[in-house]
Amino acid sequence: MSESDTGVAIEGENPEEITDIDPEEDSDVERAAREIPPGRPLRVDDLRMEFGGLTAVDGAGFAIEEGSLTGLIGPNGAGKSTTFDCITGVHRPTGGSVKLHNEEITGLQPYEIAARGLVRTFQITRELQEMTVLENMLLAPRGQQGESLWRAVLPGVRRSVQAQERELRERAWETLEFFEIDHLAEEYAGNLSGGQRKLLEMARALLTDPEVVLLDEPLAGVNPTLERKLLERIDELREQGYTFLLVEHDMDVIMENCERVIVMHQGRVLADDAPAAIRENEQVIDAYLGANV
Amino acid sequence: MSSATERVAARLPDNDAVLILGVLFGLYVGFTVLGMALGLDIAGLASTLQRITFFAAVYALLALALNLQWGYAGLLNIGVAGFMAVGVYTMAMLTAPASPAAGGVPGLGLPLWVGVVGGMVAAALVGALAALPALRLKADYLAIVTLGLSEIIRLTYNSTTFQTFSIAGADLGTGASQGIQTPTNPVMALYYTTPSSPAAGKTGLGEAVFGFFKTLGLDEPVVVDWTYTIVLVIFVGLFYLLLTRVGNSPFGRVLKAIREDELVASSLGKNTNRFKIKTFMLGCALMGLGGILWQGSQQLVNPALFLPIITFYVFIALIIGGSGSNTGSVIGGALFAGLLFEGPTFVRRLVQQTVDLGGAPNTFTDAIAALGSLDVGPLLAYTLADVSSLRFVLVGVVLVYLVQNRPDGLLGHRKETAAAVSLARERTAAGQADGGETEVDDE
Repeated sequence: MSESDTGVAIEGENPEEITDIDPEEDSDVERAAREIPPGRPLRVDDLRMEFGGLTAVDGAGFAIEEGSLTGLIGPNGAGKSTTFDCITGVHRPTGGSVKLHNEEITGLQPYEIAARGLVRTFQITRELQEMTVLENMLLAPRGQQGESLWRAVLPGVRRSVQAQERELRERAWETLEFFEIDHLAEEYAGNLSGGQRKLLEMARALLTDPEVVLLDEPLAGVNPTLERKLLERIDELREQGYTFLLVEHDMDVIMENCERVIVMHQGRVLADDAPAAIRENEQVIDAYLGANV
Repeated sequence: MSSATERVAARLPDNDAVLILGVLFGLYVGFTVLGMALGLDIAGLASTLQRITFFAAVYALLALALNLQWGYAGLLNIGVAGFMAVGVYTMAMLTAPASPAAGGVPGLGLPLWVGVVGGMVAAALVGALAALPALRLKADYLAIVTLGLSEIIRLTYNSTTFQTFSIAGADLGTGASQGIQTPTNPVMALYYTTPSSPAAGKTGLGEAVFGFFKTLGLDEPVVVDWTYTIVLVIFVGLFYLLLTRVGNSPFGRVLKAIREDELVASSLGKNTNRFKIKTFMLGCALMGLGGILWQGSQQLVNPALFLPIITFYVFIALIIGGSGSNTGSVIGGALFAGLLFEGPTFVRRLVQQTVDLGGAPNTFTDAIAALGSLDVGPLLAYTLADVSSLRFVLVGVVLVYLVQNRPDGLLGHRKETAAAVSLARERTAAGQADGGETEVDDE
């Protein structure tokens, strides 16, 4: 595709080459996003992702404040999950840039991005089915000595690996306890229910000690009591400096818990504002919310 | 099995030893009964059991190596025979004498241990060569690449181009289809003053050991073969220990995650390609060593020993035992060697000795035609006449049965937790109602 339907010329895959953006076509919120001063943990500029003839993300841009819970909403097919995929390296974006703490992470491999402190959960859960819940959890922590083949095998050195394993085991148990799935710790993850899998994914993501967490519909199928607990937990973690970006279709959750909401529609950012303002935004009501919210 | 007993079973390493010994014992009893029915004397029985143990050990070694790649990391390596060949041939070429006897192939004349290490390193490097491009693609490509590579390796060793050649002034060779001699079995040095010619005299240990077994009716070759077989069994133990440590560690955990869902492992910060290449190289090095221990002990190796069927046999052994389980790999190796590899030969001998089936018909049609007159003799004789075909049929039957009824193999369903310590919770562990689990570290 040489030119998209929004008039943005694509000159190559290198994001730096994509400078030919017609300001008239840029929405106010996208301009505002670019004007946000650097220093925010996650910043996305003019992100584009095309699959053959389909443009899934069409120049989306936003920045997220440290310690915030930002909602990312939009109708099905708006490009939310693809945006997540581009941010986390699952897809290499066709254009645009993603920065984590002002470091360009566009096009890095998923493991390089995760190692920098940005993790995600998946909309359709991807638990490791034939591994126990505890094994799933213990996979997550960064900087595990025993991930070196030599340290795992050599006598003597292995002792320090074991010591670290004991520490991580305790953390894993505590986290599972918080998420109320500790009774399933030794079950295969594949035996968990849909809601439990969501919890496991979120628990596993948190065990990586991330700075920025992208949650793709983490509350779907989770019971209301636990949902409240999860949101409280997110609040606690935010106070410690964790930053969350949340895709969710439950508008009550979004409106009551997020301090900012980004609305995507047809691959672009339609609005980026406080929940109250989003609720009043005519474009958002037309595209997504409908008249009842 | 309840989850409590499952947990207890998983924590008791002795149980696995008992399981393995139980399988071996079962095979020994079975073959002793068969041997006695065949009228074998004590030497014949000892020789039979040695053969069973030898093949059980070599298939266990190779199944363990394959289990690391396929069982843990999900890397489908269909080139086991090729990596074995690289190990053995490199060993043979490094250690063959620089000026061999007439008809021999020249080598570098290096010590045996250099040859063994060299063989393992060469197998690992060839493994890396195969893995580097293939790992970037989907998993199936690795299977195709390794199968092709295995045949390329075999045909290269078969090629007359490399029968003898020179590199930097040193004469080398593969011996092409005639093969290349391998060093004298090092266990000979225990018993003979000149290992390469037993007639030259025995060592003190040789005199004592041979003297003792002579009174039991066992000849020198049987004792030597048993000694080497015990060395192989020790190597099975070492492989098992090494691979259990690899598996029961954060490294092994990442491998399992790669097998289950590579994107998840990657999204949790694991450089999956690096893990895959390390694992593949280690597995190939162990296959090279397995090849050296097996074919390298047979005085002469030739390319026909490394046909793809060897790879499939190793896969069958692993599938029987249960991919993903090291104990299963060993048990699978033993059961494959005993029941499928050696078993048919014995059954044939027994049937032929006890029932007179007459001459085997030349064609399958002739064999079937006799069924019309309700005579199953010709079909039975035809079936037993070609034991290698019978082996194929048996392998096929077992495979179909397993895939339908026990796709995880004998032990593949077990929870073998990949962690360097027990993952039971410490503070509750002592007081748990289901029997008080205690932490058992593997050190």
